[in-house]
Amino acid sequence: MVFPTQAEVLNIKEGAFGPFGGMFVPEILVPTLKSLARAFEEAQTDVSFQREFETLLKEYAGRKTPLYRCRNLAAGTKATIYLKREDLLHGGAHKTNQVLGQALLARRMGKTRLIAETGAGQHGVATALVGALFKMETCIYMGETDMKRQALNVFRMRLMGAEVVPVAGGSGTLKDAVNEALRDWSQSYPNTHYLLGTAAGPHPFPTMVREFQRVIGREAKAQILEREGRLPDIAMACVGGGSNAIGLFAEFIEEEGVQLIGIEPAGHGLHTGKHGATLQKGRPGILHGTYSYVLQDEHGQVAESHSISAGLDYPGVGPQHAHLYASGRAEYVGIKDNEALEAFQRLSREEGIIPALESAHAIAHALKLAKAATKPQLFLVGLSGRGDKDVEHVMQQLSLGEHTT
Amino acid sequence: MKTNRYERMFERLQLKKEGAFIPFVVLGDPDIETSLAMVGTLVEGGADALELGIPFANAMADGPTIQRASFRALSGGVTPAHCWELCKRIRQNHPELPMGLLLYANLLIHRGVKRFYAEAAGVGVDSILVADIPIGAAGPFIEAAGEEGVLPVFVVPPNIEEEVLAEVARHGRGYTYVLGRSGVTGVERAMQAPLPQCFEALRVAGAAPAIVGFGISTPEHIRAVLAAGAAGAIAGSAVVALVERHLGDKAAMREALAAFVRQMKAATRL
Repeated sequence: MVFPTQAEVLNIKEGAFGPFGGMFVPEILVPTLKSLARAFEEAQTDVSFQREFETLLKEYAGRKTPLYRCRNLAAGTKATIYLKREDLLHGGAHKTNQVLGQALLARRMGKTRLIAETGAGQHGVATALVGALFKMETCIYMGETDMKRQALNVFRMRLMGAEVVPVAGGSGTLKDAVNEALRDWSQSYPNTHYLLGTAAGPHPFPTMVREFQRVIGREAKAQILEREGRLPDIAMACVGGGSNAIGLFAEFIEEEGVQLIGIEPAGHGLHTGKHGATLQKGRPGILHGTYSYVLQDEHGQVAESHSISAGLDYPGVGPQHAHLYASGRAEYVGIKDNEALEAFQRLSREEGIIPALESAHAIAHALKLAKAATKPQLFLVGLSGRGDKDVEHVMQQLSLGEHTT
Repeated sequence: MKTNRYERMFERLQLKKEGAFIPFVVLGDPDIETSLAMVGTLVEGGADALELGIPFANAMADGPTIQRASFRALSGGVTPAHCWELCKRIRQNHPELPMGLLLYANLLIHRGVKRFYAEAAGVGVDSILVADIPIGAAGPFIEAAGEEGVLPVFVVPPNIEEEVLAEVARHGRGYTYVLGRSGVTGVERAMQAPLPQCFEALRVAGAAPAIVGFGISTPEHIRAVLAAGAAGAIAGSAVVALVERHLGDKAAMREALAAFVRQMKAATRL
């Protein structure tokens, strides 16, 4: 196991995942996070809360999502590939699961305003959707650079009544948007809930987001048992901040026979410096309130990440993934931009399913493993989102490729 | 027991019936030599102590003015090693001046917490406030600071819980950083003088002297916080804004900083 530097012993009391996690934020945010943690714990055992969450997941979001056995993708290999179809969820990705949970919690805490960060705009769209549903004032922070790249998603958010605020600081991307949302919250906490978009950030977010995403793994486990009469050999999913992967893994962590693989964006390649492979190439540090792995330079400044997929383009990662990595329970591998692009097309052609570029990373790795399989193997792959949002980008990338090759 | 520079400063000020005025600047903003010269100007103008930031690009407790200062320093190539060099030179120039650092946790973690405190002590730093380490998570930081002879400073926000305030009083050294308001640093929103009860509670709990920061930009702000019971005030964004306004003209920068610090210091005389 590669472990670049010894993790610091920070004696984390709340929200610890092994040596990782915790609540490393300015003092002013601590009371708010503590009351959020309390509200979440109460809601977890509150039957009426759980019933309303389940009803919304079913009636509004369209759960449960299918588990689909690929008919063609793994043809000629010894592998059977099942896709957990979060791409069919309302909103087009797994994000809808947890924004419903957090919005319910915000309402329960008497908050009237939601703020969120967004990179490509998917989490912003998901937050705008619950903002409309729950009639809450909604403010989305989005990097200036990202707003230009994702004009359509900006329009979607505004269509649903959200305000989209450009963030000029830094590189104008996702990490700067998180900073700006935290700055807003340090003043607006009395009436505002920060609806963080992934299983990272300070306690209780990593635990809360995992629990609101656990439905992915719970359904998939029951579905595969019903279909195959056994658990999968490998469960795999892409990892940016890590919410869809942790949701899928949650039900399998205790199942020792199931291998867990997280797929990080290797961008132009793990050795180029242009990637988002935080676990494989980062080192332990504190970013956005949690102690986890962080991509950083030799002075401790947070580095810029790169990925063809905006949803994986983040220099941090959830602390539970850090623990699963450091303890060896899960394995993390990299898939490059061009491999993801190829898988994007493969799944479209073979199965008639256009995946999100994020999810295409997981598909690419599944294809690699399928090709190498020497005995019958059962793969469970998280298809976290649909690819409509990426079609234009992919079209540009492919025509670019035609010109340069 | 040996006293520290903050204790000696507060003693001197008390005899003169003055509050402390502490300006904040980002080390290396806009460049290393100008930064050193401007610190000299601030001290000559009457600064009682210094609060210095190590540039960090992810400054989640800072508003736009200080963020831009960090970016100016970082794009000029300023590293923590340069900051140590600057601290060393400031210490040589001002042997008795209390000098505190305000920074973000990842810089310590990256270097190794214990080693970072040791290096800070080695260049003459008196205190360190880590903006994203609340007292509840500060155990290992307090321990390492203590071992290396650096005073750990903690923040008291307006929404602090009673038992958290007691912890700050127990572990904070040098001074206690009382927030003038919620939110992040900046003069966009002015401070509200914390209630006298807050300072009374800190005194009763035995906390280090209270200094108010966030939203301090005028002599009236200083008089208001001193009247409420604070031992002094910190102005950060207001100082950094003057550096920014005169980037092209160092003489004008020096003049503006000198005038500002004189005016603010004058307001500390009761």
